Amino acid sequence: MDSRPIFELVLYLLLLLCLAIPAGLWIQKIITPRKETSWGDWKIYAKSLIIFHAVGVLFLYALLRLQGLLPLNPQGVTGLSPDLAFNTAISFVTNTNWQAYSGEASISYLAQMVGLAVQNFLSAAVGIAVAFALMRAFTRQGDGLIGNFYEDIRNVVLRILLPVSVIAALALIYWGVPQSFSPAVSVQGIQGQAQLLPLGPVASQEAIKMLGTNGGGFFNANSAHPFENPTPASNLLQMLLIFLIPAGLTFAFGRVVKDKRQGIALFLSMAILFSIAALLLFHFEGVAQIWEGKETRFGLWDSSLFATITTSASCGAVNAMHSSLSAFGGMIPLLLMQLGEVVFGGTGSGFYGMILFVLLAVFLAGLMVGRTPEYLGKKIGPYEMKMVAVAILVTPLLVLIGTAIAVCVPLATGAVLNPGPHGLTEILYAFSSAANNNGSAFAGLSANNPFYNIALGLCMWFGRFGVILPVLAIAGSFASKKRAPESAGTLPTHGPLFILFLCLIVILVGALTYFPALALSPIAEALSESHFMGGF
Amino acid sequence: MRHPRKIFGGFDRKLMREAAILSLKKLNPQRQWRNPVMFVVWIGSLFCTVQAVQGWIQSSGTYFLPFLSLWLWATVFFANFAESLAEGRGQAQAAALRATRSGTRAKKVEALEYSKKWTLVNAEQLRKDDLVLVEAGDVIPTDGEAVAGVATIDESAITGESAPVIRESGGDRSAVTGGTRVLSDWLVIQVVANPGETFLDRMIGMVEGANRKKTPNEVALSILLSSLTIIFLVVTATLFPLSTFSAERIGVTSTVPIAFLVALLVCLIPTTIGALLSCIGIAGMGRLLEARVIATSGRAVEAAGDVDVLLLDKTGTITYGNRFASNFIPMPGVTRKHLAEVSFKASLADDTPEGRSILALVRKELPTIFLRNEHLCKSIPFSANTRMSGMDVPQSEMEESMQLRKGSVSAIKVWCENQGASIPPELESEAAQIASKGSTPLAVSENGDVLGLIELKDVVKEGIQKRFQELRRMGIRTIMITGDNPRTAAAIAAEAGVDDYMAEATPEAKLARIREEQGKGHLVAMTGDGTNDAPALAQADVALAMNSGTQAAKEAGNMVDLDSDPTKLIEIVTIGKQLLMTRGSLTTFSVANDVSKYFAILPAAFVGIFPQLQVLNVMRLSSPESAILSAVVFNALIIIALVPLAIRGVSFRAESAATLLRRNILLYGVGGFVTPFLGIKIIDMAFAAWGGF
Repeated sequence: MDSRPIFELVLYLLLLLCLAIPAGLWIQKIITPRKETSWGDWKIYAKSLIIFHAVGVLFLYALLRLQGLLPLNPQGVTGLSPDLAFNTAISFVTNTNWQAYSGEASISYLAQMVGLAVQNFLSAAVGIAVAFALMRAFTRQGDGLIGNFYEDIRNVVLRILLPVSVIAALALIYWGVPQSFSPAVSVQGIQGQAQLLPLGPVASQEAIKMLGTNGGGFFNANSAHPFENPTPASNLLQMLLIFLIPAGLTFAFGRVVKDKRQGIALFLSMAILFSIAALLLFHFEGVAQIWEGKETRFGLWDSSLFATITTSASCGAVNAMHSSLSAFGGMIPLLLMQLGEVVFGGTGSGFYGMILFVLLAVFLAGLMVGRTPEYLGKKIGPYEMKMVAVAILVTPLLVLIGTAIAVCVPLATGAVLNPGPHGLTEILYAFSSAANNNGSAFAGLSANNPFYNIALGLCMWFGRFGVILPVLAIAGSFASKKRAPESAGTLPTHGPLFILFLCLIVILVGALTYFPALALSPIAEALSESHFMGGF
Repeated sequence: MRHPRKIFGGFDRKLMREAAILSLKKLNPQRQWRNPVMFVVWIGSLFCTVQAVQGWIQSSGTYFLPFLSLWLWATVFFANFAESLAEGRGQAQAAALRATRSGTRAKKVEALEYSKKWTLVNAEQLRKDDLVLVEAGDVIPTDGEAVAGVATIDESAITGESAPVIRESGGDRSAVTGGTRVLSDWLVIQVVANPGETFLDRMIGMVEGANRKKTPNEVALSILLSSLTIIFLVVTATLFPLSTFSAERIGVTSTVPIAFLVALLVCLIPTTIGALLSCIGIAGMGRLLEARVIATSGRAVEAAGDVDVLLLDKTGTITYGNRFASNFIPMPGVTRKHLAEVSFKASLADDTPEGRSILALVRKELPTIFLRNEHLCKSIPFSANTRMSGMDVPQSEMEESMQLRKGSVSAIKVWCENQGASIPPELESEAAQIASKGSTPLAVSENGDVLGLIELKDVVKEGIQKRFQELRRMGIRTIMITGDNPRTAAAIAAEAGVDDYMAEATPEAKLARIREEQGKGHLVAMTGDGTNDAPALAQADVALAMNSGTQAAKEAGNMVDLDSDPTKLIEIVTIGKQLLMTRGSLTTFSVANDVSKYFAILPAAFVGIFPQLQVLNVMRLSSPESAILSAVVFNALIIIALVPLAIRGVSFRAESAATLLRRNILLYGVGGFVTPFLGIKIIDMAFAAWGGF
């Protein structure tokens, strides 16, 4: 393999480390405020969260339906159809940002700014808030309090997301990303043809799109579009923004539980899984040398790295079309999503998703050392195990059952553009992306039809709450347990052995669940290509 | 009476045959339903059998389907067999115990004295609080408490110990157990348990598995296994539409046979651990019984594995049971003879071994000693609260009235000060000197004047230091509990190598210490035998009562050691840990197995749709049918192969958690990954050689 991508990967991880460690320090201060008077137990927290989401979805749905009648609509777009508005509202509220519409053609500036951009902040903040609640649970000594949802949302938005977004947006504007209320500009291209250059308040949305691991682009082409991602520098910034909070949360966690090694262990587990995925993708793309669907400005390596990052985290922004990756290459982003978006993952959701796997790993490892399994002094009983099971079960079930239904529905199979096993990959990718709240699209699937809008909307909704609610329940249960002190008989959860075991559990659960489906899609496709032997 | 461990080879034919019959009975779906993993296999077996029968009726069948059905049924049968075998062993152990009791007749009496006016009733008719007379040669009909008399009793039926023990009313040796035999004298016992609630009944219930409730860890593991089953159920169920769709898109008409998918499902769901789970639990109780400990719940056994603080009584556990009086040290102006005489009188009511050793020492020095006007003297018995014993002698023509006391130095000091007497300055220094030798000083007082000290020698058991080191490696902190003064306690604690000690411990202090440790999140284990231990035993997470102890202690504890050996706690911790380790290791093994099964079954299942997937057939299995059967056969055989491990438990060494984890991941994780690749290949080669498929 070329040494350049490896160098890029190492450089990227080093830069990330330089940013994430101070970020963790800052985040930790927000997690543990001086005042705890307004805190409540997990049920109160969950209730606030559900109300918050219900209001958010209804408001966004109404806005998208009525955008044609509202101001700030220079392009004169009309309201979205009911199923598309349903899908889009859920998509942005659940931090998925699956886009069954084309941004420049069908969303007004008002809806972009008041609807989508606001949800970009709020949905990211919700994930972080849930992660906060879970982290706090480990420090409580039995009172069951995990925080105040609205305070958390306010603090996360005002003290983390907004300041960083402003700085990032200014940097993007500097590199040439438009920030304007003007309608599209009509110009004459180099070859003499008329061309419509779309504009809009892009930079402000671009920054939070990355920072909040939302991924919903202003334009249809997302970060492959020169107005969203003009230069290699903006590309690097975008990649760093995606991992900033997920990586920062691991370090913040170590500080919150007063054992920095625990945070480092989580970061390392994620970094190992991420590096394996990136190296594999470099390898497959290096062998296949496919340029169709990739931006020549970014080339093979930056496209591959971006694809790995955006699907490791539940961002879903793309700077190249994943459908155009080689068959094995396309399996990497797919599998990264199917692992449950825990390799750094979404803002907050990556953290609590990984903790679910940690609990699973601790459960098995704990039994193997002859102790009732415990993590950071909190015993894992039947109740926690039940919640872990629900949270880990829900996304695979949504993906597999959703895909199985789709292949039986003509409306769904008719939307598949490519022949052979690649077509199944497209459907599998769509459901994996939706249920895991990633939102990236494989391309090649005309997803704007009532079947996909509704099915994927449901997947996004249940994929989000099917994890968040059990996580909050676990947090509540941990918070009402005393923390057992450590001894030589306690399973160490920071050593290399446990990190390795955790990585294996994540891979094993994902692989065992999806291997048969993958065998029928990317694997069958790859093995039918003449050059597949080179792929191995 | 101790049996060498018998695993498998040691099982007699009868046990195996009974287990086999029971396993067939367990095929009843109503019973199978209780184990969701095996129930899925059961449904799969039924499905394949129906298909096989249809195939033969239409005479289009091959050997494949009948063979597949056969091995799927075998999987279910093996799982039932494992459970039945573990139950059978327990029942055999229980039956021996039960035999001692059958047909016992009891002499029911009304008064607390020896009389011939008893009525003969069956042991089953006895109820709580009934009084029963037992005489030499009688079998004690049920658990009880001696309320009158003294007797020697042969408890070998329960404890295996052939040396007779003395049981008497009052004190800490009053509990008698049903099934034991009176050798001499008589006792009136008060029945403490209704039929079906005695220790023997509970023990039988536990080992037979009848009363076995799932422990929290077992429940948590079952949840994990059920969710794995659900995932794989969906994985295989969705595979049918997915593969059909794939076939249509490339214009192939072939579909995946449903029997293949059933085989895949059975191979993927965690049948290995699902089949052995209850066997492991029952065998754990059995192992405990082999160690001659009865637990009243499985929960207690598991908690033992989690214990990280061990409260051990010094006496009998760390030091040899009894301390012996070895010397008298009189204060200035007191004769040794006078000190010995007063010590004698003050110790008459002290029934502890120490008290008796003082009497023995005095008798050796003053063989002619006797007590005047014994009937007028008022004995002050030893109590753990006052930590004193003594005697009040009334005024008589020969003597002044006297208050004689003997007890721990600090207790006597307080007592003397309350009497308004001064304490001789030599007392402290002499006591300190005795304590610094690791011996225990007892002070003796007459009417508030301190006469002197008695030195009690204490000997630390050999090898105990090494055990404490082991415990420390396992992350368990040992705290020595003693009524001794701090200096004595420190000397012995240092010699024995415990982590901490509690000196001058009263029952209240013990209870407070347990609460304090639990408040810090520790799980505490302790042993005890006296009635005054009962509150602390009830508070501790794991409480091992001595069979020789009082009924109150046994009721308060959640385990009873039939050998009355407090160091047994260490063995119980090991058994508890082994129980969890066996479950965890076999679960890891079971899940790691799945990788190879994908590589065996998927290329075979999809061969008609995507022939290129043959690349995944890394084992180069000879044919699709053979590949699938090999995986199923391996899956069934591994259950039976692991039964001895499930019954014996994975090996445990006193090592840190990190070391244990490394070893078990290598052995059961990596082993579980590699073994089936080899196993399936070998079975496939056998099929290929036979040529059936």
